[in-house]
Amino acid sequence: MSREEAVARLIETMCDVFDVDDLKFRDNMTADDVDGWDSLSHVRFLIAVERQFGLRFTSSEIDGFKNVGEIVDVIVQRATL
Amino acid sequence: MNNPFQMPWLLPAPVDFKARAKALANSASPDEAEARRLAAFSLDLNELDLLGKVVRKQKEFLAAKAGFTPIKLGIVASHTMDYLAAALPGTGLRHGLVMDVVLARYGQAAQQLLDPGSDFAAQRLDCVLLAFDYRALGLGTVRIKRDDAEEAISAAINHVTSVAAGVRDIIKATCVLQTLVAPSDPLFGSLDARIQGSPRAMIERFNARLLHDVAKEDDLVVDVAFLASKAGLDCWNDARGWHKAKLPASLDATPLYADHVCRLLGAARGKARKCLVLDLDNTLWGGVIGDDGLDGIALGQNSAVGEAHVALQRFLLDLRRRGVILTVCSKNEDATARVPFRHHPEMVLKEDHIAVFIANWSDKANNLREIAATLNIGTDALVFLDDNPVERGQVREVLPEVAVPELTEDPADYIGLLANAGYFEAIGLSGEDLARADFYQANAERVSLEKVGNLEEYLRSLQMVATISPFNAVGRVRVAQLINKSNQFNLTTRRYSESEVERFEDDPSKFCLQVRLADRFGDNGMISVIIVDKAPTEWSCDTWLMSCRVLGRRVEELVLATVAEEARNAGAKRLTGTYIPTKKNGLVVEHFAKLGFSKTGDLPDGGTSWALDLTDYVAPELPMQIMCTNDPGCVTNAV
Repeated sequence: MSREEAVARLIETMCDVFDVDDLKFRDNMTADDVDGWDSLSHVRFLIAVERQFGLRFTSSEIDGFKNVGEIVDVIVQRATL
Repeated sequence: MNNPFQMPWLLPAPVDFKARAKALANSASPDEAEARRLAAFSLDLNELDLLGKVVRKQKEFLAAKAGFTPIKLGIVASHTMDYLAAALPGTGLRHGLVMDVVLARYGQAAQQLLDPGSDFAAQRLDCVLLAFDYRALGLGTVRIKRDDAEEAISAAINHVTSVAAGVRDIIKATCVLQTLVAPSDPLFGSLDARIQGSPRAMIERFNARLLHDVAKEDDLVVDVAFLASKAGLDCWNDARGWHKAKLPASLDATPLYADHVCRLLGAARGKARKCLVLDLDNTLWGGVIGDDGLDGIALGQNSAVGEAHVALQRFLLDLRRRGVILTVCSKNEDATARVPFRHHPEMVLKEDHIAVFIANWSDKANNLREIAATLNIGTDALVFLDDNPVERGQVREVLPEVAVPELTEDPADYIGLLANAGYFEAIGLSGEDLARADFYQANAERVSLEKVGNLEEYLRSLQMVATISPFNAVGRVRVAQLINKSNQFNLTTRRYSESEVERFEDDPSKFCLQVRLADRFGDNGMISVIIVDKAPTEWSCDTWLMSCRVLGRRVEELVLATVAEEARNAGAKRLTGTYIPTKKNGLVVEHFAKLGFSKTGDLPDGGTSWALDLTDYVAPELPMQIMCTNDPGCVTNAV
């Protein structure tokens, strides 16, 4: 899967979970940049991403994510394995 | 494998769900029916969130005008219940509730419930859900010594007993308890069941004591242990989610979990359904009684289909024993519909079990209104069980307050879908419950129906596409089948073999049509067959039949328009037809009259002959798209 495709699908998931209509995506985006992204919706978001991409993050990946770019990294890396 | 948390009795949410939920949340004049329709879909957490916003924003309207019952629920938990709390208001709508949820910070049970001055005590809560995890209650590690096990269980029970008393006596709310879900990972193996100090055995013992000693008569109990076992412990329990966020269960289980909480609270507020409305053909038995006859329907007899229908009937009888009112609503002749009840040896249900029995050909939404009126209950107390997706669609459209379980094509699934939807959730069993079905029985009378409703609008919403073509090799087998099998909507009941049908294909003295009908629920396949004899000035209908599945869809008008136009183009002035009565075709005795034919004579066998003047005939506008193949003559003024 290309990074672009992963990002496009990730944006879709983010819009759904955080209930925003329009999202200016950048790799270093964090919870601080999105209204509605709090500790609760964060878990919902990760699970929605897993479902969208058909993968399962490990506990250490979940602990380690610093921004959405890192989530994209894992998605792309998993998809090419 | 199927998603164990799915609720297959609900329709999947449509693509425009989000837009519809937002429109409803922001509407200045919200629509009650829309709220009910949206809640009746199977929703994920995001969608439940959106519906929860509708509840928050339209609370006054929903409670005051739309007949939803307000309820304020507090949750005290030993773990993260925020996701469940967020899913509850949207789910509540499905069960007739406008819910307000207040969540105590976790680990604050005693402080919130035992102090009359707490935030919780000030909230005027109607109910408080006590949600504990086995780990928080000290039942997560093995007790090797028997006495230690007993002590651990007692300590857990004592804790729950005291906070439950706080809910009842200090908060003055209804106490909602939960059974504990066991861990999925064994310590010994099978021996866990026999070692009293294994977590699994301790939890089982705790649950037994919770149900017998802690729960008082007015308390409610959500049997989460059963719910988890249904889904499978390995699916329900989610170690990663527990470590990350103290989630008590897989996040995916939340909508189902919320539904179980809401159906119980709904039942406590009198919102459980009271009456089940049953279709007959392909629901209570396999096949169509009007076509297949008493010997032809599938019921019992060791066939998988027949046994599935018998099992369903047994389940329905059990529902009746516990107080659910059973009624019948079938598109059939009344006398035909009653035949299996009276004469089929494998029928479990008898006419005596049915409080209201309606068999006619008018639309089911009207019949459902009539059933509710006869029983003096609201239409929101009805559940409608019907194998036909078009009937289900019509009822959902016209009466969104009626619960309509989605069914599969397999009657073996019907019990599961009906039972697991929780329509008849109960909080206790009273003598009144047990007498209810008989009570309604005694009060119900046979009903006569008034026919109202905006069928036209509904028919348009079906997005029907009719395909008309002359007889051909492709359709031959099915045409012959219909000619030899159709009994009810069949004017002359003339049977022709496949080779005769083949000869008609090229016979210049005959005009033959086959009609297929598709709609937004799927393709009904070939549903009508017409054979007309051509003469220079007069065409006469030899055979006119239609599948009862598409009754009331105006297909017969389409057929007439097609035949009339073709006849007129050929120079004919009159179209004639006869009705030959049989035991089964009483349905079409007025067929020609309804289409504007004049009666021209009575036949010796009780039949009638009819004629239509083609110079005066004007084709109607029809609510369907019409496709013609091989140009058999085709109306163009349909929309």
